[in-house]
Amino acid sequence: MSVHTLSVLVENKPGVLARVTGLFSRRGFNIDSLAVGPTEHPEISRITIVVSVEGNALEQVTKQLNKLINVLKIVELERETAVQRELLLVKVRADEATRRGVVETVELFKAKVIDVGPESITIEVVGPPPKLEAMLKMLEPYGIREMVQSGMVALGRGPRSMTQAALRSVERSA
Amino acid sequence: MTATPTGEKVSGAQSLVRSLEEVGAEVVFGIPGGAILPAYDPLYDSTRVRHILVRHEQGAGHAAEGYAQATGRVGVCMATSGPGATNLVTPIADAFLDSVPIVAITGQVPYPAIGTDAFQEADISGITLPITKHNFLVQHPEQIPQTIAEAFHLALTGRPGPVLVDIPKDVLQAATSFDWPPTLDLPGYRPVLKPHGKQIREAARLIAGAHRPVLYVGGGVLKAHATAELKKLAELTGIPLVTTLMARGAFPDSHRQHLGMPGMHGSVAAVTALQKADLLIALGTRFDDRVTGRLESFAPHALIIHADIDPAEIGKNRMADVPIVGDAREVISELIPAIQAEYAAGHRADLTGWWRQADGWRETYPLGYDEPADGSLAPQYVIERLGKIAGPETIFTSGVGQHQMWAAQFISYENPYTWLNSGGAGTMGYSVPAAMGAKVGAPGKLVWAIDGDGCFQMTNQELATCAIEGIPIKVAVINNGNLGMVRQWQTLFYEERYSNTELGTHASVDQASLTGSRPRIPDFVKLADALGCIGLRCENKSDVDATIEKAMSIDDQPVVVDFTVGKDAMVWPMVAAGTSNDEILAARGIRPAFDSGV
Repeated sequence: MSVHTLSVLVENKPGVLARVTGLFSRRGFNIDSLAVGPTEHPEISRITIVVSVEGNALEQVTKQLNKLINVLKIVELERETAVQRELLLVKVRADEATRRGVVETVELFKAKVIDVGPESITIEVVGPPPKLEAMLKMLEPYGIREMVQSGMVALGRGPRSMTQAALRSVERSA
Repeated sequence: MTATPTGEKVSGAQSLVRSLEEVGAEVVFGIPGGAILPAYDPLYDSTRVRHILVRHEQGAGHAAEGYAQATGRVGVCMATSGPGATNLVTPIADAFLDSVPIVAITGQVPYPAIGTDAFQEADISGITLPITKHNFLVQHPEQIPQTIAEAFHLALTGRPGPVLVDIPKDVLQAATSFDWPPTLDLPGYRPVLKPHGKQIREAARLIAGAHRPVLYVGGGVLKAHATAELKKLAELTGIPLVTTLMARGAFPDSHRQHLGMPGMHGSVAAVTALQKADLLIALGTRFDDRVTGRLESFAPHALIIHADIDPAEIGKNRMADVPIVGDAREVISELIPAIQAEYAAGHRADLTGWWRQADGWRETYPLGYDEPADGSLAPQYVIERLGKIAGPETIFTSGVGQHQMWAAQFISYENPYTWLNSGGAGTMGYSVPAAMGAKVGAPGKLVWAIDGDGCFQMTNQELATCAIEGIPIKVAVINNGNLGMVRQWQTLFYEERYSNTELGTHASVDQASLTGSRPRIPDFVKLADALGCIGLRCENKSDVDATIEKAMSIDDQPVVVDFTVGKDAMVWPMVAAGTSNDEILAARGIRPAFDSGV
């Protein structure tokens, strides 16, 4: 199994997400993480999908995705040539005795405390997946009450814009 | 086309009918119901769109498929919301697997009621998501012309397929204006038609140099209207050729270079040629499991040139050494001069030895069958005679099972678009409604549905449609009293334990029979009569020709012939499911002895 990050530009229309996710499940592929949001163009949305696949299955996923009428462009973002971030909110048990240790961990990871109470601290941390995992490991001994994690978002490094490239190819074919 | 209409004040329903007129839909197969009712009112007045009232929505869908496959144009079916729409699911799935261009128009509950489990509500766009090329849920009446235009464009271009347009009732009732032509807005849809020049040159180099090449031709060649080009390519190269179940008719069966159909019930020559080949030139075909047998052992010595309009087919089942994305007609048209250039440069492998082998297989293991030991009528004989007497201009449709395989094997297809069947989905019940659609699309042609007694009982109600609408199709029911193909598998793989395969369409005097002593149920001759058709019966070999000729002499009414045949005939050759094509049996227990040297 190998893990890949696909950045998929789609038309911002109802039902497009269902088309994309439905395709993964019916073709037998597993989605590890998914993030959807707007782009700088109101008519285009961006879906970032992390998928684990075996062998040459990635090519088949990409080709099948490309066949969806509402999909405009697909780029695989390699870890070396892209920035990748996830957002984690985690509520940690912290009383007077342990709060100091928790805050120290927050500082070490350049995370942020976003809510404090007498028995807990809620922390926000942004980063690539390994950083989030490392921090969770450090917080576990204090007791994690609940957490929520976003899907990964990613952008290619350097000046190139995937949306602009997609728009150009759309104009060319028009 | 009439003058460009602009800004007509119309209802959504009128806009829909006007759009269908403008897009050139000459016929719609459908059934009205609550949610689609507004559309049926303006349809009543249309002089350019003929509506054919079917008896079941599945019939509408298959009729649209038959129309599309016979004419090369988009077939249209229409149904109401809920069960009307879900009854279209089978033909939509069928069209998806066989890449048939149809547009299904369904009524939906009013927009504000969507999601409330309203009466006759079904999320048909959700249900058909995985089995349509694309689908639409129309939200505003002004979107109707553009949506219809896009639906027809998507259905017919690129790799064809079914498109569904779901329209809520209130959208059909709302006031709007009608403008034509609309602008298509499909920024993510750009099918590649022109093949890459470098790939074409590489393919030509391999073709010229191969010693054991085979042209492996699929239904994409028919979809691309590339049969003339294919013939040119075949005759230029002299390479042996096979046509898949979906491509029967793409190349004349009588042509010397045609080795027949490959696959599970393919000819020994076709199957073996693929297995022994050093190069497959796969054109518009998808390496389906019924063709390849066990994939790992399929054509083990062959390099693969794979040309298809759908990039996702290339490398899906078998790695391609030369992948070519493009329309089959464009691909073949460009291959021809590229191969000529190779020949001109003195590159041309000698195929004499290869042909000696292929001819050997063909002569040693021709398609054939034995007369049944019990003296019953041989189904293969009926089908063979039907092909001979009806002739090569006839359009044949078939259901799914033994009769389908025999119809693919024992009829000589000389012309494209004369063989319509359910290949990918294997939909029993396809043949009668598909024949109806084909006859509507090609009224000047003789259309024979070859059906089984199992299939026929799934969709024969459309004969009422045919009788009333004046669509004189002919149906040959190859009635062996059983679900024949399933029975064949029970014979071969389940120790002759015939679980739930006897249908009772033969009279039985035998109390020990599973269904006891009783008359034919149903009696197809009486059933034909009840449905407004002429019913004939044939039980003896000596009556076959006369019965076919009698059926052919009737042209003002549909005809059903009950060919009562034996139940023990089996389809041969056969590659058992999940085994290698090398394990092909020419007949029961007869394994061809191939020369060992490859």
